[in-house]
Amino acid sequence: MTSLTETRNAYGQALRELGAQRPDVVVLDADLYKSTQTILFRDAFPERFIDIGISEADMVSTAAGMAASGLIAYCNSFAIFLSGMCYMPIRTQIAYPALPVKLAGSSAGLTQGPDGASHQSLEDISLMRALPNMVVVAPADDLETRQATFAAAEWPGPVYIRLGRYPVPRLLDSAYQFVIGQATTMRAGDDVAIFATGHMVWKALEAAELLARDRVEARVVNVSTIKPLDEAAVREAAGRTGLLVTVEEHSIIGGLGGAVAECVSGIAGAPPLLRLGVRDLFGESGLADELLEKHRLTAPLIAEDIRGAMA
Amino acid sequence: MAIGDNELARLRRRAAQMRLLIVEMMGPGKAHHYGGSLSAADLVTALYFHKMRYDAAAPRWPERDRFLMSKGHSVPAQYVALAMLGVLPMEELPTLKRMGSRLQGHPAMHETPGLEGCTGALGEGLSYANGMALAAPILGLSYNVYCLLGDGELHEGQVWEAVMTAAKHCLGNLVAIVDRNGLKAMDETHCGKLLDPLAARWSAFGWAVTEIDGHDLEAICAALDWSDGQQDRPSVIIANTIKGRGVSFLEGRPQFHNAQLDPVQFEQSVQELRGELDRVGGPVA
Repeated sequence: MTSLTETRNAYGQALRELGAQRPDVVVLDADLYKSTQTILFRDAFPERFIDIGISEADMVSTAAGMAASGLIAYCNSFAIFLSGMCYMPIRTQIAYPALPVKLAGSSAGLTQGPDGASHQSLEDISLMRALPNMVVVAPADDLETRQATFAAAEWPGPVYIRLGRYPVPRLLDSAYQFVIGQATTMRAGDDVAIFATGHMVWKALEAAELLARDRVEARVVNVSTIKPLDEAAVREAAGRTGLLVTVEEHSIIGGLGGAVAECVSGIAGAPPLLRLGVRDLFGESGLADELLEKHRLTAPLIAEDIRGAMA
Repeated sequence: MAIGDNELARLRRRAAQMRLLIVEMMGPGKAHHYGGSLSAADLVTALYFHKMRYDAAAPRWPERDRFLMSKGHSVPAQYVALAMLGVLPMEELPTLKRMGSRLQGHPAMHETPGLEGCTGALGEGLSYANGMALAAPILGLSYNVYCLLGDGELHEGQVWEAVMTAAKHCLGNLVAIVDRNGLKAMDETHCGKLLDPLAARWSAFGWAVTEIDGHDLEAICAALDWSDGQQDRPSVIIANTIKGRGVSFLEGRPQFHNAQLDPVQFEQSVQELRGELDRVGGPVA
């Protein structure tokens, strides 16, 4: 049994390492530094850490001013507060002038769990993806999270990184190199192509193994960068497989499913697209796995829905 | 230290020239933000032409003092200041808000040389100014940050988050200036929200506060010098102003917050502002 890691923990460790390498990195948090794991950076570099208090929009605007002054500012909160409460300052003060502010949306998705709908971010990918100049990343495991955290610092403009508190296994091998904008084929197969992001890459890989028992070979593509979308990966799959599937722990409106649908709509003769995710609903309190079950995002239910679509 | 008579006369000419250029760049028959641009003209004059450490030949100089127009709709006053300094070509001013112009309707730092941030959605600027002020010691720099807010803008809740953040971090290099012209887009700034007692509120939040006549250049310069002495806390200058200052029929009338002048009104505005420029001794060479 491989050990499981929450991406937020991998992020916190990576951020501390990044801080040691780059004196121009500053970190801002809004009273959640234990949840977001920026406590590791805070303890190592207190002079470059600001706990701004419970004022997320103020945090994001402050980060913009710091970024405009020559610093690289990482902003941290729960994904829903960061993308929702701060949408305007992110839009006008960060995305518009393309300032190097990195937005780490933590505890994203249904797997936030017991706190319920107010805290479960199911729309953040849609919101951030709509902004010009914004890069949207949802890493699949601890290794990719670490690399994405470093890659964000090198990227000249704003980046939104979606993180979670759901323990996932290491999925990528040690030679893997995350590159913004590049999707990764995790499993080969030409009957169906499953595009998954974040925690759902793990579930998609497990679903693919279940499908293989029925002699259905599924390709699994890790779309860790949702914007800019790796359109070549979508086109390639559209030309070789009989069904395209997206799996995300997010609304199917405007998220990965929306992004792939937009791409597929321009491909003549593309196969049908099945979008799996949250179907225009709010979340609710529950355990992470209970919520995934309800929204049919466990491996057996993903496999079942894919079989149904192929029937 | 009080400024001398020569400096005061020079600044008055600058301010009069700025007002004339603001109205001329707007021109007749197009909707523009006359009121707030004219009420802020003396404040912007004192900052760019007297107070700020600023090299127009190097507008990105890291040591420069920063000016952020948080009430972004008044950016025409800043465009004119930048043109008077030579950061922008004077000929570019009439392109304001036109398709393809660098002079956007609200500040776009990535388009226009000399701008420090993107504003326009009210309430976000003071937080951003805090960020610039907080960055200075991390970068080993010692610049000041001046942030101009509208009094109507103070309705926005994020302003008060930023007020508390600045006080918490004892931002002695931060100066907020409130252009208190008493009017917002539709009517008076006491409509919708209670702002008074404004000075007492800023003071209670931990800021050093002074209140002045925002059209008295001597008082403005004195207040800016006073802010230098506030080393361990942020300071705010509440500048009482008249919206549309300098053009008789624009003054104090909210309908000219964002409005167009017909050719007769435009000509009258230019005549009044030229008359003022003549009275203070003509343009500065």
